[in-house]
Amino acid sequence: MTDTADGQKSDLKIRRATPEHLRHVIDLDARITGQSKPDYWQDIFERYAKRRVDQRFFLIAESETTEGILGLIAGEVRGWEFGSQPCGWIFAVSVDLDERQQGIGEALFKAMCDEFRQAGMSTVRTMVRRQNPLHMSFFRSEGMMAGPYTQLELSLDEG
Amino acid sequence: MQTSSRLAIYALIELASNPDRQISAAEIGTKYRVSAHHLAKVLLTLGRAGLVQSIRGVGGGYSFTGNAKRLTLFDIISLFEDTSTSCKLTDPSAATDEEWALFNVSNEINDISISTYRSISIATLLKQVDRRRKAQARLDAEKTEA
Repeated sequence: MTDTADGQKSDLKIRRATPEHLRHVIDLDARITGQSKPDYWQDIFERYAKRRVDQRFFLIAESETTEGILGLIAGEVRGWEFGSQPCGWIFAVSVDLDERQQGIGEALFKAMCDEFRQAGMSTVRTMVRRQNPLHMSFFRSEGMMAGPYTQLELSLDEG
Repeated sequence: MQTSSRLAIYALIELASNPDRQISAAEIGTKYRVSAHHLAKVLLTLGRAGLVQSIRGVGGGYSFTGNAKRLTLFDIISLFEDTSTSCKLTDPSAATDEEWALFNVSNEINDISISTYRSISIATLLKQVDRRRKAQARLDAEKTEA
């Protein structure tokens, strides 16, 4: 594998997920999370890679020299609640544990932003757990900052 | 954020963005309008933490020896401030419901601050500086064209 000067894989390709990628997506997620969720990813694939694909995006990263996929990102155009304007919304991003620090996540993020721009969006948003430094640091490093919305929750077990 | 933490972050940004140069405390102090004396104390702490090294003599100064991608604002602030005691109930066993309610709000704010500082590395901050410079350059170019 030849890498570019900025450490990115030189033969990295970002493309829309196809049915052939599904088993690789399930494998990648299982390796990273330790849980195999084939039904979940089948459902995500059906909804985000097959329907309304002008507003829903399921992208994967691959290279000619690596079997399977290197990473994935999924998002959609989402008209937010409470009257806010539609925006791009990322709800999944993942890079193979052995392939990190090579610009794959950044390439996926940028490709997703390009998709959102082409769909007419001017803002991209996501929601991550504050105590998840990996995702927090990743999105921050891509320039994301706290937006005008705050996530709130209530335990339904309390009176 | 206390002044020492802020100065430390400025100094590290300055040194990390100029990896091929030795920069003096006076030079950094001039740029950020702070005394070289105060900055030297801050740099001493950063040196003890292994984040900078100093070379004495002509052409000497400080250089960055940390990992800009790994070093977070929280790591730096922790060198100068106690980050664990921002929210405290004086006497938890005697605290009223009202005190607990306010304590929970303070904790929520503290939790957001800490997780924010933990998620921003020096490399990320350098990217923000770069974005701001480019945005400013675009604005300046537009003004010139107009």
